[in-house]
Amino acid sequence: MTEIILGVLSTGGALSILFASIGILRMPDFYLRLSVTVKASTLGVGLLLICAAIMFPDISVTTKAIAIIFFLIITAPIGAHMIGRAAYFTGTPLWKGTIIDELAGMYNEETHELESEDEDGDPENNIPNIAKSDEETE
Amino acid sequence: MITLEAYFDYVILPILSISVMLVFIRLFKGPAVVDRVVALDLVITIGIGIITVYSIRSNQEVFLDVAIILALIAFLGTVAFAYYIEKQKDD
Repeated sequence: MTEIILGVLSTGGALSILFASIGILRMPDFYLRLSVTVKASTLGVGLLLICAAIMFPDISVTTKAIAIIFFLIITAPIGAHMIGRAAYFTGTPLWKGTIIDELAGMYNEETHELESEDEDGDPENNIPNIAKSDEETE
Repeated sequence: MITLEAYFDYVILPILSISVMLVFIRLFKGPAVVDRVVALDLVITIGIGIITVYSIRSNQEVFLDVAIILALIAFLGTVAFAYYIEKQKDD
């Protein structure tokens, strides 16, 4: 019974890691690559670590595995957010099929602070909010 | 009857190795620096998985400590790269 559970968990983990690596190779855009990679790899490594926690009948190993899973779940979104923000500031191009870019014109270029839509009174700043391919809906 | 050890050796570890190879293609090809940073982060994360499977196979639970340190290094590396890439645009 334990062997079946271990087999299922390890298969799921390895397959989701494989999907993450295929996604980072095949996706057309940096942001899509980021979106695929972080979630799938965290899930895969988490499943493999649960495998290790079940395999060893020792409570210290279980604690260690849960600590690694917790650390990965906490830190993976923070790192992904920071690298995505840096990529957006340095002008990494979006995919040509991107419909809407809600951050366009919202960032202050000098201070790197995000401005809300309601603060600036003049409606000129709201125009570049829509991405180029979606102008006919304006 | 397939034993669990043979399954780990002949199925799980080769899948993880192929994943590392595919990510390395993106690491060498990546058009921007941020692509390489994400690929490096993914390589280290898959490395944590490989260490876990190897510690299951060799019955050595000590290797999980290495996995903790690698997770920490991956996070710090990504944050440091993001910080300096963002600063680079200002100057």
